[in-house]
Amino acid sequence: MKDSNTNIFTKGLIKNNPLLVLALGMCPALATTTSAINGLGMGLATWFVLVGSNITISLLKNSIPDKAKLPAYLIIIANFVTIAEILIHAYWPTLHASLGIYIPLIVVNSLILGRAEAFATSNSLFRSVLDALGMGFGFTLALTLLGVIREFLGTGKIVGNTIFPSEYGALLFVLAPGAFITLGLLIAGMNKLKKQS
Amino acid sequence: MTYLLIFISAVFVNNIVLSQFLGVQSIFDVSKRINSAVRFTAVVALIMTVSSVLIYFIQTLVLQPYGLEYLRTLAFIVLIVGLVQLTGITFKSISKSWYMNYEIYRPHLTANCVILGVALLSINKNYNLSESIVFAISSAFGFGLVSLIFAGIQEQLKLLNLPKRMEGLPIILIAAGLLAMAFMGFVGIAK
Repeated sequence: MKDSNTNIFTKGLIKNNPLLVLALGMCPALATTTSAINGLGMGLATWFVLVGSNITISLLKNSIPDKAKLPAYLIIIANFVTIAEILIHAYWPTLHASLGIYIPLIVVNSLILGRAEAFATSNSLFRSVLDALGMGFGFTLALTLLGVIREFLGTGKIVGNTIFPSEYGALLFVLAPGAFITLGLLIAGMNKLKKQS
Repeated sequence: MTYLLIFISAVFVNNIVLSQFLGVQSIFDVSKRINSAVRFTAVVALIMTVSSVLIYFIQTLVLQPYGLEYLRTLAFIVLIVGLVQLTGITFKSISKSWYMNYEIYRPHLTANCVILGVALLSINKNYNLSESIVFAISSAFGFGLVSLIFAGIQEQLKLLNLPKRMEGLPIILIAAGLLAMAFMGFVGIAK
């Protein structure tokens, strides 16, 4: 049975959320969500690469031999990552500085390679674009949520607006342990949501 | 002395997994048992060390002199994919059981932040050849340490009676958070 077009788009948001349900792309999700803006920036960059590579791979799916699949996909993805890195460096230098090595690391994000292998190789261009848009949106949403929670608990700010003075914030949440714990609790919450529906 | 500092920094202070988040996914997936954690770490260490040498030469002999640094992502990923493939072929000719094990790990090696991440970090830190080799080996050591601890934790977690929604990834992530907190105690030993 084939999914309808709207289904392809919406399944990435909640039911098959790439980060919170499928647990793909954890490395950038943990590393870059120290604030809402960083999380959003990383999410958008990944989204761009995902859409670009899904379009290209879906167009080229018949001309890539099976044996050279993985290298070919990685080269296509690396091209889009390079484009994204140059654009971010040119227009948002502060974001580029705070994301650091995690922009080139989008190349090895399992979400992008996973969608390319699982969806774009066997589906039409239109459906691949829809899939990439939905999955990318779900990933960006999850990253932003993680960023908002960590920024609020750690520094008392929401997107840079002070809610309570930062002396009362638990700095732990901006540091590495907070990333693991927040993501763990979010996934647990998602499990609960899924069971109710 | 510099080498010792690089080692301590990479293993304890800025642990590649617990403070840089590189290879988190593969640790959760692969190190479910202690012997598979050891095997996977050995392969990662091998590929990481060889690739950091090759990447150092590509960076200093090809990319920098010709001003092509913006192509580094492309160049490095092609190199790593090639290396993973080559290691597979080598293993195949040495022993069949090695190759069978290697095939299971292959997807975790290619799409793995840890190998590319360590190469990028040692370029960002402007390490020379010997320093980047030491950095790669100590990063692999740090990866192996956390991977072993996790294999132990995951074996213990099977015995616990957890609430349904905490089972699997959530409890592992929270355990990783607590472990990261413990590793924060090393901050200050080296930069």
